[in-house]
Amino acid sequence: MSALERNQEDRSDRQQQNTEQNSEAVLQTEDLTVYYGKFAALRGVFMKIFKNKITAFVGPSGCGKSTLLRCFNRLNDLIDGCRVEGKVIYRNKNLYSKKIDPVEVRRRIGMVFQKPNPFPKSIYENIAYGARINGYKGDLDELVERSLQQAALWDEVKDKLKDNGLSLSGGQQQRLCIARAVALKPDVVLMDEPCSSLDPVSTGKIEDLIHQLKQNYTIIIVTHNMQQAVRVSDLTAFFNAEEGEKGNRFGYLVEYDKTEKIFENPQEEATREYVGGRFG
Amino acid sequence: MSTTTQERYSKSDELERSRSRPRTIIGTLLTILAFILLGIALLPLFLVIIYVIIRGASRFDLNLFTEIPPAALQEGGGIASAIVGTIILVAIASVISIPIGVLAAVYLSEFSSGRIARWIRFATNVLSGVPSIIIGIFAYGVVVLSTGTFSAVAGGFALAILMLPVVVRTTDESLQIVPQEVRWASVGVGASDFHTVLLIVLPAALPAILTGTTLAVARAAGETAPLIFTALFTRYWPSGLFQPIPSLSVLVYNYAAVPYENQQELAWAASLILVLLILLTSIISRWATGKSTY
Repeated sequence: MSALERNQEDRSDRQQQNTEQNSEAVLQTEDLTVYYGKFAALRGVFMKIFKNKITAFVGPSGCGKSTLLRCFNRLNDLIDGCRVEGKVIYRNKNLYSKKIDPVEVRRRIGMVFQKPNPFPKSIYENIAYGARINGYKGDLDELVERSLQQAALWDEVKDKLKDNGLSLSGGQQQRLCIARAVALKPDVVLMDEPCSSLDPVSTGKIEDLIHQLKQNYTIIIVTHNMQQAVRVSDLTAFFNAEEGEKGNRFGYLVEYDKTEKIFENPQEEATREYVGGRFG
Repeated sequence: MSTTTQERYSKSDELERSRSRPRTIIGTLLTILAFILLGIALLPLFLVIIYVIIRGASRFDLNLFTEIPPAALQEGGGIASAIVGTIILVAIASVISIPIGVLAAVYLSEFSSGRIARWIRFATNVLSGVPSIIIGIFAYGVVVLSTGTFSAVAGGFALAILMLPVVVRTTDESLQIVPQEVRWASVGVGASDFHTVLLIVLPAALPAILTGTTLAVARAAGETAPLIFTALFTRYWPSGLFQPIPSLSVLVYNYAAVPYENQQELAWAASLILVLLILLTSIISRWATGKSTY
């Protein structure tokens, strides 16, 4: 075990103590390492994600925060050459055990992507699709309406549910994608830089929405925007990237704590520099 | 001796366009040259269409579509049986090649790993480069010799092999245009691969797939070489799938060079119909592509 890895373990012990809260952990990673091809993109992550909290992942590009996010719903399975070591514990089960069906995992852990990606179908079908393929037994119309209301989109689209989802504006498309995710009533919603392609007004709407969703969902949000992390999250994890022995960059978790603590009184020098805007 | 202070661009003081400047003159000349060459490149297309229309129009009447081709020295007649024959041949070819081609492309684009996919794509390209006469000989060897008869099935089989690489390639290309994010979105809401491909990816790619398939059908309809010794030819109405069957392209081949004027005119009329068929399918496929999602 290298000095770096030992150091990381010490840190992760401290982080787990620091973030120990009354809330229960929904997801937990144990020594999670992700490889793309031969090289590790993310090394040795230990962390807990707490129920009904908003957790923000911040850090420079290439630090593995999106990679980690995709581990939580096994979306990395779709990337050629991606391999995961270590554990992701969800409901006392390791998501990377052979017995786990990734399709079932994704029904419980929803995702909103960086670029709005509605299906090339009607607004109604965008939401009904997930429900149908998951064998939803209730009233589809009602589900569509409720989901769109939760995503604060209902008033804008209620008269044009048959229009193609791609005809909406970028901000509306992203709220449609959020509605699509919450329609499945997931335990956790993963958001991968959900506002990075949106204007400030749409970003504000999405952030308000994230706050409201917190009551019912556990949310993890990857963001490049420090202010956004401060505005929306309860907990913040800072990741950094380092050169490996063979010149390949890999990311690791530097510090994970309450958001105020990370931004006002971080324990690590690297965190202080990053949130202070001195690099990245 | 510093060059930097000596360097000067030959800028004139005017911003207006000057006709006498060499740059302007060369630019104009090259534009004219490019335009002329474009005209030369398009000339064959227009000449073919115009010539075929002029020669074929004289017999372009109702009889053409209702009567069978005449025997030697006989007057009148039409090419109705050949039209029906071509439709049957293309239908057989489509029934064989479209399902196989689309499914193969789905495998290529959605499920295969890089290495295998590269080889299959390469093999598909090779197949599309095989001269059609060789595909005809292959169909002759496989179907005609084993069934002991020239037949519609043999002709359809040959055309199917001809269409297959076109269908695979265009479908493969149209599936790859569908953004990866959309597949991820579908998988992200808990869809299986089956649902993702069937309900999201294929519908999104459908207009482009239809375009490619239509062009493949049009190409097959105009092929002659693979039909000459598989489907053969007959003047009469198609009488069964395991009987020789007439087709427009073989009719043109047979009648264009005979010394009878009546047959020659019918050959031109058949050519006109083939050209119109290809024009029409191209236009339809253009229109369908215009409606595509991505």
